[in-house]
Amino acid sequence: MSKESTGKTLVVATVLSVVCSMALAAAVTLLKPIQDQNRSLEKQRKILAAALVLPEGEGSPTEVRAQFSHFQRYLVNLSTGEFKEIKLDDSFDQRKAFKEADKSIALSPEQDIAGLRRRANEADIYVMRDASGKVEKMVLPISGFGLWSTLYGYIVLKNDANTVIGITFTEHAETPGLGGEVDNPKWKALWQNKHVYSADGQAHLKLIKGNVDLTKPDANHHIDGLSGATITSNGVTNLVQFWMGDMGFKKFLNKVRTEGI
Amino acid sequence: MAEQQSIKKILLEPILNTNPVIFQVLGICSALAVTSSLKNALAMSIGLTLVTAFSNFFISLIRNVIPNSIRIIVQMVVVATLVIIVDQLLQAFVPEIAKQMSVFVGLIITNCIVMGRLEAFAMKNPPVISFVDGFGNGLGYSALLILLAVIRELFGSGTLFGITILQTVNNGGWYIPNGLLLLPPSAFFLIGLVIWALRAWKTDQQESTEFKIAPHSKAQTSH
Repeated sequence: MSKESTGKTLVVATVLSVVCSMALAAAVTLLKPIQDQNRSLEKQRKILAAALVLPEGEGSPTEVRAQFSHFQRYLVNLSTGEFKEIKLDDSFDQRKAFKEADKSIALSPEQDIAGLRRRANEADIYVMRDASGKVEKMVLPISGFGLWSTLYGYIVLKNDANTVIGITFTEHAETPGLGGEVDNPKWKALWQNKHVYSADGQAHLKLIKGNVDLTKPDANHHIDGLSGATITSNGVTNLVQFWMGDMGFKKFLNKVRTEGI
Repeated sequence: MAEQQSIKKILLEPILNTNPVIFQVLGICSALAVTSSLKNALAMSIGLTLVTAFSNFFISLIRNVIPNSIRIIVQMVVVATLVIIVDQLLQAFVPEIAKQMSVFVGLIITNCIVMGRLEAFAMKNPPVISFVDGFGNGLGYSALLILLAVIRELFGSGTLFGITILQTVNNGGWYIPNGLLLLPPSAFFLIGLVIWALRAWKTDQQESTEFKIAPHSKAQTSH
């Protein structure tokens, strides 16, 4: 059979595809544990930055892990607001729970403002206490659909369950330079000291078009929108309002305000 | 002995004499994109050198069985496989650099240097010498990338590898950084200057003009 025949061509193509895919599979499987470790470190870094513990990008891996171990982890039942403490390295994975029928509920279109389709029944939160044992910061997981992708992140609240300390997105695929600016530290800093709930108890925190006029009375519920990224901005507003609303952490936060953790 | 010399020649020739970026004018796109900081440039250099060397090696190994009709796609599959492996390695061992470079690592697949060397060298030469050729071209590319990155990072942000060398005004120093150097077009100017300097020194790199401009009609009549 000559080198140029159809049969030979098919054989070369098949063998090459099989060999290459095996090489790729091996590389991905072997490196996955190390990459997972990096990802969890990255997540811890971002949470610490949002909680104003360690500036973003600073601190060695051991420092990050040491700081992160000061957190306590709680499992919150979102429909009742009940919570219980779990270990920091507990295997609970909210992302998995979202997909399992017995651990999540389907959302009706009216409820589903964040474009999630389903919501896990439980959420794992991180809590940091001050020296006297009083809750200082609460790190709550949030997620919702932007323009291209689901954004996953955390919002950090003060013990009044209303004032924002910081926000961070650990995973998204929004347009770099436009919606991707949700990662911009300057923009994230704008969230500090904003209030989630207005006097009527509704979650009013949102992104607006353009810059916030600080003289307006509701300026502390408004955050500068991301220019050139209206849909991502709307997505962020929706996901914050979803997770701070009745389907999200509202019951839990009400409980915290009256009973504490 | 002769063989050794030719290996050395194949390895070192692409650094000054047949540099892929300066002489062959390939891979300009990535040279613009990653050279605003030395760290990225170095990671890209290592990535590209590995991919060029190993893809040359593997393609050369199977060069006698590759049917001509699917030649290009076979090369692409091998290159793409290697690039994904490099990307995975970067994500595992230098996650911060991997994050900044994610797009550019993928673009090594389309870097003309890789395909250029496969077509020009690896399809016609035995594996070891092809490996050396790929490695040498990778080194040539790396040399230029590192030169650009040193100039751009030092004068653009006053640092090298992120360590402050020239204290900038913003941080209470004296140096006013040249913001243009952080933007991709500045790499164009720098590459242009390097090409000019090298061709003025090594005149054999100058290309002959493709056509002659006809003398001015007025000048002709005055003859």
